[in-house]
Amino acid sequence: MSITIPRTLAEVYAALDADADAQILAGGTDFMVEVNFGHRRPTSVVSLGAVGELRGWRRDGDTLVIGGGCTYREMQDPAFAALAPALTVAARTVGSPQIRNVGTIGGNVATASPAGDTLPVLTALDATITLGSSRGVRHVTLPEFIVGPKRTTRIAGEVIVDVRVPVLDGPQEYLKIGTRNAMVIAVADVALVVDRAGRTLRCALGSVGPTVLRATEAEAWAREQIDWSSESIAAADALCAEFGRLAAASARPIDDHRSTADYRRRGVEVLASRAFRRVLARMGDGR
Amino acid sequence: MTALHYQLRVNGRTHDVRDAHVGESLLGVLRDRLGLYGTKGACEQGECGSCSVLVDGTLVCACLVLAASVMGAAITTIEGISPDGVLSDVQQAFVDCGAVQCGFCTPGLVIAVQHLLDDNPAPTELELKEALSGNICRCTGYGRIFAAVDAVVELRSAR
Repeated sequence: MSITIPRTLAEVYAALDADADAQILAGGTDFMVEVNFGHRRPTSVVSLGAVGELRGWRRDGDTLVIGGGCTYREMQDPAFAALAPALTVAARTVGSPQIRNVGTIGGNVATASPAGDTLPVLTALDATITLGSSRGVRHVTLPEFIVGPKRTTRIAGEVIVDVRVPVLDGPQEYLKIGTRNAMVIAVADVALVVDRAGRTLRCALGSVGPTVLRATEAEAWAREQIDWSSESIAAADALCAEFGRLAAASARPIDDHRSTADYRRRGVEVLASRAFRRVLARMGDGR
Repeated sequence: MTALHYQLRVNGRTHDVRDAHVGESLLGVLRDRLGLYGTKGACEQGECGSCSVLVDGTLVCACLVLAASVMGAAITTIEGISPDGVLSDVQQAFVDCGAVQCGFCTPGLVIAVQHLLDDNPAPTELELKEALSGNICRCTGYGRIFAAVDAVVELRSAR
């Protein structure tokens, strides 16, 4: 029975190498629920809370580097929102102030829930995950890391050091459906980001598949619809409806205790259509 | 398997926690080991807020904190919000405004309100609702709780 509270990544790696049974504790908001309900019985815990290298976020050129221990509250900083607005919106929808004060982006990624709120945004942004261990550092994309519900390709001894996303020029949206405004696990959620420089629009869907899904058909269609030189596209009802339909076609929802597949598919359609309308309106305004 | 021994600093006092399991939550340790029953336990999954406490000044759900991971931190529970026998202005306003019915959510709400107003002395309605969105009350409908918060805001601004 042991707890280790390392202060540096080197100490984290040493603690994980020394004990193959050690379980990693980040913010605890998923970990402790499993413990409280008897689904997880730790005997050895490595707590990441005191590791300075995992804290906060920084801009490195055109990349936003988010420490694995960066909390949802920290992601609500207006300076952070200026770099990755959809991520700030997603962070704000997580749980409650109590949860956002301690829950971390590294934990959200490592838990790999199909309903992880930051995951659609990270997917739409083509985020990369930095995994560190005593053997060194490797970078993987989110789809390479999360391969199923709560299943990742993390190797023993590794921790999520940071999550990297590009700082994009273009509007972003994140929309989520749940049973109330706060403290809710997504029934369906949609992230939509525009990359003016790359002349692409990327859309990801959460809670409607075993992992987050990209709405690739909707993306390809939208890319053709937008006149990228003038960015003049009317947010016509028919266009927005078509985007929603195409996005919903990419969803692979199931019936479960939280909702039905039909409701989720329809939810994606409405959210994607609404998100598309909003980004088009802002593109027209040059925002 | 050897048990864990550590110390927790709660309301300015250091407590020994002996023969502990590593998975014990701060909520469990506060109530079952330290006899601090003011912090309530209900959902044990961070949804109800009745176990709200401050850890180094941060509002958290004690049920989601691994107790052993916060050794060395300054933990404040409802018992530490004001000296013995004296109500804080927030507690007094809850009484005066009838913001207490069954009372189960009250300690968590008092902690959350105290924390909010210390940080933001004049919250907007939206800020208030968002700040208390993690504290569930099934009796009052929140009207009297918000009235109590308004009363404290007014009282403090008049000082």
